[in-house]
Amino acid sequence: MRNVLTLTEKELRTYFVSPLAYVVIAAFLVVTGVFFAGIFIGSHQATMEYTFQNMSVILLLVSPMLAMRLLSEEQRSGTIELLLTSPVRDIEVVLGKFFASLVFLVTMLGLTLYYVLLLTRFGSPEAGPILSGYLGIFLLGAAFLAIGLFTSSLTSNQVVAAFLTIAILLVLWVLDALTSMFGSSASAVLSYLSLSKHISDLPKGLIDTKDLIYFLSLIVACIFLTTRSLEARRWR
Amino acid sequence: MIQVDKLTKYYGERAVITNISFDVRTGEILGFLGPNGAGKTTTMRILAGFMPASGGTAKIAGYDVLRQSLEARRNIGYLPENVPLYPDITVASYLDLMAKLRGVSGKRKAARVAEVMEICRIRDVADKLIGKLSKGYRQRVGLAQALVHDPKVLILDEPTVGLDPKQIIETRQAIKRLGGDHTIILSTHILPEVSMTCSRVVIINEGKVAAVDTPEQLTRRLQGTERIELEVRGSNGSIVNCLRAVQGVLRVDTSDVDGRQLFLVECASGADIRAQLSAAIVHGGFDLLHLSSVGMSLEEIFLKLTTKEDIAA
Repeated sequence: MRNVLTLTEKELRTYFVSPLAYVVIAAFLVVTGVFFAGIFIGSHQATMEYTFQNMSVILLLVSPMLAMRLLSEEQRSGTIELLLTSPVRDIEVVLGKFFASLVFLVTMLGLTLYYVLLLTRFGSPEAGPILSGYLGIFLLGAAFLAIGLFTSSLTSNQVVAAFLTIAILLVLWVLDALTSMFGSSASAVLSYLSLSKHISDLPKGLIDTKDLIYFLSLIVACIFLTTRSLEARRWR
Repeated sequence: MIQVDKLTKYYGERAVITNISFDVRTGEILGFLGPNGAGKTTTMRILAGFMPASGGTAKIAGYDVLRQSLEARRNIGYLPENVPLYPDITVASYLDLMAKLRGVSGKRKAARVAEVMEICRIRDVADKLIGKLSKGYRQRVGLAQALVHDPKVLILDEPTVGLDPKQIIETRQAIKRLGGDHTIILSTHILPEVSMTCSRVVIINEGKVAAVDTPEQLTRRLQGTERIELEVRGSNGSIVNCLRAVQGVLRVDTSDVDGRQLFLVECASGADIRAQLSAAIVHGGFDLLHLSSVGMSLEEIFLKLTTKEDIAA
C-alpha cells in the first residue's frame, strides 16, 4: 500500500508540472460553465441535472487525455523498466497510477461545486439529487479513466492510447441506441453494457445498486486487465 | 551471490540466448562482454527481473528471480542501457522516489540520497530538473538510482556508453570503488573497459557463452598461436614464399605501411622460430630491417572469439 501512495504522489506531481493538467481543467470548467449558465438562465430552475448530463459528455472527451500518458509514457521512455525491476508489484503500479488520476478527477469536479454555490445563492436546490449526481459523475469519470489506463498499457504512443479510449468510450456510450437493431435478448445485454444507460438516473436522485455495481465492476475489470497487460509485457 | 544456470530466452521462434551459465562471487566485478546483439541486455533484463527466461534459472543473493521475484529485486540495483529517468522532476526528488520504492525510508533515506549524490558527483545538480541535464550527468543520476538502496548486487548495462573520455574514466573508477562491497555485473562491448575494471570476464556471442576467465588468463589461453612481425625489403611474392617454406609457419600476411613492407607470420605457440625466419630471409637474399614478436591484445582475442572464423586463403 505504501508503494501505491508513493507512486500516486509521483504521478500527481507529474500531472501538475505539465501544462496539460491546467489546460484540461480550464477547458472543462469553461465548457461546463457555459452550459451551466445557459441552462440556468434559460430554465430558471435551481437544478444540476442538465449540467451533470453535459459534464458526462465532456468527461468522455477529457478523460482519455488524462489517462493517455499514465502507462504509455513509461513504456516510451523506458522508465517502465525501472518500475518493474523495483520491488513493487504490478498491481501496485497500476493502482498508484489510477488513484492519481482519480485525485485529479476529484479536483476537477470539486471546482464545479462553485456552480452549486451559485444555485444556493439564487435559489434552493435539492441536496439529494446533487449528491447522487456527483456520485454518478465521479463513478462515470472513474470508469472512463480506468478504461483509459488500460488502453495506455497497450501502447507506448499517447495519441494512440487517447484515440483508442475515445473509440471504446463512444461505443459503450451509444450501445443503448443500437438496441433496436437486435433481438430482445441481445438488446438486453447491450443495454446493460451501455454507459449512458447507467448514468441517466443518478442525477435525478435515484441510486440503483445495479448502476453502482455496473461502474464498480467495470473499474475492477479494467484494473485487472491493465495488470495482466503489464505482466504480458514482461513475457513478450 | 549470482548464480545463472542454463538460461535460455526465446523471442517467438528465435533464441536470443541459449544455455547461459555462470556464477558471480560476492564482491566480484564481472565483465559481460560481447558484440551488439549478442544477448547481453536480454540476460541482464532477466537477472533484474524485468522479463522471465524461457528456460533455466537465475538466483540473486539466493533468491530465484522468477519465483521469489520481489525478494530478488530488493537486492538488485539496475542501470538499464537507456537510462530511465523522469525528465520533469528534480534529481533529488527522483532519488527520493526511487529510495522509497526500494523500501528505504525515514532518516536513512535522506542519508542514502545524500551519500549516493556524493559517490556519483551529482550534488551540484540536486535541484535541477533531470530533463535539463547533460548526458554525462544523466548517466551518473542513473548510477545513483541503482545505488540508492545500497543493494548487494549491481547490474550495469553499458554504463559508459555515450560519455566523453574523462567521464568514462571517472565512471570506471567509481565502479571499481563499488566492487568489494557490492557484487557487480557490467556489460560492455568495449574491451579495454573489461581489463580495466573487471576481475573476471564472460564473453558472450550469438547468445552463447564463448569463454569465462580472468582477463589475463584469457589472453594466455588464447595465445594458441604466436605472431612475429617482420619488415623486409625485396620482392613481395618471393619473400612470402620464402617465409612459408620455414618449418612451423602457419600463415603469412602482408601489409604496406608508409612504404614499409610488413609481414605478419603466425606460428604455433612455444616454438620460437625467429632465428629460422631471419636465417631464411638472409639466405634468400633479402634485406631484413626489423623483426619482433607481437603479443595479442584483448581486442584481437575478442575479434577471434566473436567473429566467425575466416576461411584461410
